Amino acid sequence: MKIGYLWVALIVFSFTSLFVGVSNLSPLDLFRMTDYQWEIMWISRIPRLISILIAGVGMSVIGLIMQQLARNKFVSPTTAGTTDSASLGVLVAILVFPAASPLFKIAVAFVFALGGTMLFMRILNRIQFRDPILIALVGLMFGGIVGSITTFLALKYNLLQSVNSWLFGDFSSILKGKYEMLYVSLPLIALAYLYANRFTIAGMGEEFAVNLGLKYRQVVNLGLGIVALVAAVILLTVGSLPFLGLIIPNIVSLYKGDNLRSSLPHTALLGAVFVLACDILGRIIIYPYEISIGLMVGVIGSGIFLYLLLRRKSYA
Amino acid sequence: MRDSWKLIALGALALALIAVFMTIDGSGNWDYILPRRSKKILAILLTGTAISVSTVVFQTLTNNKILTPTLIGLDSMYVLLQTAIVFLFGSATLTSMAKNVQFALAVGLMVLFAGMLYKFLFNREGNHLYFLLLVGIICGTFFSSISSFMQMLLDPNDFLIVQDKMFASFNNMNTDVLILSIVLVLLVLLYFYRDFKYLDVMALGKEHAVNLGVPHGRITKRLLVAVALLVAVSTALVGPVTFLGLLVSNVAYRLMSTFRHKVVIAGTVLISIVALVGGQLIVERVFTFSTTLSVILNFVGGIYFLYLLLKESKSS
Repeated sequence: MKIGYLWVALIVFSFTSLFVGVSNLSPLDLFRMTDYQWEIMWISRIPRLISILIAGVGMSVIGLIMQQLARNKFVSPTTAGTTDSASLGVLVAILVFPAASPLFKIAVAFVFALGGTMLFMRILNRIQFRDPILIALVGLMFGGIVGSITTFLALKYNLLQSVNSWLFGDFSSILKGKYEMLYVSLPLIALAYLYANRFTIAGMGEEFAVNLGLKYRQVVNLGLGIVALVAAVILLTVGSLPFLGLIIPNIVSLYKGDNLRSSLPHTALLGAVFVLACDILGRIIIYPYEISIGLMVGVIGSGIFLYLLLRRKSYA
Repeated sequence: MRDSWKLIALGALALALIAVFMTIDGSGNWDYILPRRSKKILAILLTGTAISVSTVVFQTLTNNKILTPTLIGLDSMYVLLQTAIVFLFGSATLTSMAKNVQFALAVGLMVLFAGMLYKFLFNREGNHLYFLLLVGIICGTFFSSISSFMQMLLDPNDFLIVQDKMFASFNNMNTDVLILSIVLVLLVLLYFYRDFKYLDVMALGKEHAVNLGVPHGRITKRLLVAVALLVAVSTALVGPVTFLGLLVSNVAYRLMSTFRHKVVIAGTVLISIVALVGGQLIVERVFTFSTTLSVILNFVGGIYFLYLLLKESKSS
């Protein structure tokens, strides 16, 4: 997995992604596009490409950070309790503002996700964690509590199916005016890159990190904040994408080790290439219809990752 | 308080709750009420034991206290089975299917899947439990993305039928199935009893365990088989009880002052019985069946766990 190949794949797939779809638009038209074709490009194809890239990069990067901070390979970014707060937000938005625009509903859900994350951090800060496992445990428990409220209300108003399908990963509804929320995550991902070294050190444990002169609590809070916000934004605009947050970081760390500085670029690129490839395939297989990305990622990802795992004969 | 006193207190609490559960609102029709309620209690005892033992054993084997046996994908497989039946043959097929056929089908498929997973991974040289977990997560994600895709396409009425299967429930127990599960769980516990005594040593880690003369690889395999069987039986009987194991095991780790498995497992079993009977009482008497058991368990249990953590940090 040379990083060069990933870059090439990323560029080729991105280009392909722009020219796959029901409306006729071929690369040959690029220099003599009609107004209609321009519109297709700006309203649908480019937003879709951007959201795929952001989702792919974002989810896998925050997954890696979360695993580093919690010092546990099996923690996914959704563990920070955000996903559940966001689902509760979606439910409230559907219940209270049924007629509002999608962007407004997303904003409502986002406010819930923010509130949930802040509450989660407050609880975490009141707990002395000698054991990093507590970060994940508190996240899981907090998520369980919020999730139970959501399930209770959803069952009461028969909205479980609506909430579930809202959160099911799907790029087909991404159009200009519906995805802009995703841009919120860009500065956060950039910040994650800048802080990569500090997260690596924080991942070595509180005592060690403090010894090296790191403001441990501050760095952990920053990391968790980034994780929670990016996860919420992606979940709400695109929906949940399995594998990205958990399996991609694990696969990369099998090959590249645990120094974030060197594994982050791979993780980010692999995430983006993977989502892009799945999305293109999903659009081609039953053309002119499309298979939703959640299913494609689940099915193709299982195959690819099983192969990648099992190909390695042994692992110490 | 000494641990033995804690266990006795928990046992007394469990008995008291069971007594309340059996007799509340009795109004004389004992011939009708007692057999039906005792079936529920038996199912609760069975599930509580199976889930607790399998979770604690699994957490010790993987040396990771945020994991549950859900990770190897059995629950997602169960949900997929139910969804697929409704999706392919309609909800009438599922509701009219004989309970024991359903049970046999579910247990059979889950055991077959776990067997294939283990066989495949254990036959390879130098493999690590880490791989088993990653492969399990991948398969679980595969199953659940297919089932959530099917659920999106379902008719809302059919979805309601599937939705019932997605949450654990102790209502409408079938007597034959219940007796069969009890026999199965007892057989598993008896057969694997001699392996449980190694758990305390296994918890020290592989190197220490091997040094102290425990056949680490063999015991791990045998215990994993036991975990899969226990989870399969209890899931097929009442449905997925995903969060319960995590909750009760971690509450037990906090309450008990030792890590000896005899005490911890006994504590976990008792706590889960208290939680299940108490939760079922609340579902039946306070919410008159308008919500599910897992909602109550996650809400109350999650808050209790956070309270325990906060209290612990204050005193230390």
